Amino acid sequence: MSDSRAMRRAAAIVGAAETARVDVQPDRSELSLHAEAALAALADAGLSPADVDGLATAGPRPSQIAEYLGIVPRWVDGTAVGGCSFLVHVGHAAAAIAAGYASTVLITHGESGRSRVGVERRVPSPATPWGQFEMPYGVYGPPTMFSLPVVRHMARYGSTEEQFAAVAVATRRWAALNPKATMRTPISVEDVLTSRLIAWPLRLLNCCLVTDAGGAVVVVGGERARDFPRPPVWLLGRGEAVAHQNVSQMADFSGSEAYRVAGGEAFRMAGVGPAEIDHAMLYDAFTHTPVYMLEALGFVEPGDGGPFFAEMRTAPGGELPVNTNGGGLSHTHTGMYGMFAIVESVVQLRGDGGARQIEGVELSLAHGAGGMFAAGATLILTNQP
Amino acid sequence: MAERLMPEPTPESAEFWAGLRRRELRIQRCRACERWYFYPRPFCPRCWSTDVQWRTASGRATLESYVVCYRPAPGFEDCVPYVIAVVTLAEGPRMMSNIVASGVDAGTPPEHIPQLLPAGLPLEVDFGKRGIGTGAALELPLFRPGTPRAQGADR
Repeated sequence: MSDSRAMRRAAAIVGAAETARVDVQPDRSELSLHAEAALAALADAGLSPADVDGLATAGPRPSQIAEYLGIVPRWVDGTAVGGCSFLVHVGHAAAAIAAGYASTVLITHGESGRSRVGVERRVPSPATPWGQFEMPYGVYGPPTMFSLPVVRHMARYGSTEEQFAAVAVATRRWAALNPKATMRTPISVEDVLTSRLIAWPLRLLNCCLVTDAGGAVVVVGGERARDFPRPPVWLLGRGEAVAHQNVSQMADFSGSEAYRVAGGEAFRMAGVGPAEIDHAMLYDAFTHTPVYMLEALGFVEPGDGGPFFAEMRTAPGGELPVNTNGGGLSHTHTGMYGMFAIVESVVQLRGDGGARQIEGVELSLAHGAGGMFAAGATLILTNQP
Repeated sequence: MAERLMPEPTPESAEFWAGLRRRELRIQRCRACERWYFYPRPFCPRCWSTDVQWRTASGRATLESYVVCYRPAPGFEDCVPYVIAVVTLAEGPRMMSNIVASGVDAGTPPEHIPQLLPAGLPLEVDFGKRGIGTGAALELPLFRPGTPRAQGADR
């Protein structure tokens, strides 16, 4: 029986990039955002398209990306579990490389989430469980579904609207240090609490941006990590889980089983604990998602996530820097944000963060969400051989 | 007003939808592990037994969690704000629904919402038609604040 702990540092990220712009780009199609990110990540790794023999993506099918890029990979992964799919792909790529199925895996994301240019239309299906048992009650996009559990968290733990608002405030402070971030103007808790009501307890500033952008990473075998131009980033641990599809089927609204399982797997494989993590990217589709993640991943006890953010312990100068690029709330959020969380972990581990660089980062954790608390995926990355 | 999509039953869920037309909340119960479950499936999602039966639920529930929606889905423009909730049926399973007669309306200050709709609030099923404005009416299991009763009404 294999043990995932034998896979520590078996793979490394040697190329990582975002599109040059990550805000609103009505002049760009979705596929061209994939391509820009792919070319940039390959250039970052000093590779050419001919070197790529593995491809993973979500959103468009891998065949669409292979055709657009003009490559014929011998290994492919189209796992699509929502915004954390790209974190899942990194774990799958590590296994594929160890098995000899591929040597150089390109993972791409691009999404015209705001401008909807060149986007495949997906129509709701009224005969699915969602179409029969959720749609009839007027759910309307993630703000009405991803946020449904929050009132239960508030009731069980006493978490407050002010605490959730503090997540947006702390994240905006990081965005102010990132020249590329879409929203950089400082905000206060009061600004969040007086912004437009969307689906109480959610207001506008509790919600992520909706943008047009792309990102990509290149994964190779860990033993090759030093053969590339940029400082290597090894994969120390990974985990993934799916718990349900429809939020009404979530087992416990006060905590996420998918996040717990994914995080537990990643920590076990990595052989480290939350206290050793220097930097964390916690997928912030809404202000409550990093709170649930902080608790599910064991950084704090269940119920202590809200106060942790309210005390600004994740903000610049805090003990646990979280979402240092400005997150989905202020940097960019195309729809499937996970790729940007991975890229920022790589930026910090390489020391490329500029004004937002954390001193002495050795262990970075990226955790992604998929669907409405449906899926979770965790990566623990390190620059230490 | 925007067209509202109507749910389409499958063979496995037909009894649920047929029950609603009789104003009965029909859900399934596993005879092997004696647990109720929702949504409809031809087997128990807990123990995977196929020895399952349709029963009529009591209609009593408690409020698990909710949002108050101010940005309506197509077809819901005339009932803003409306409460999208997940309720826990007295029999155990959870289902999504809307809370009607909640006391929350367009003039309700948001800070009053938690008092009007505390988590755990006892509820009773209140069958009602939704989407009447679109011409396509459909009986749905909605819930309104109710009084807790000691005994189940399982039939």
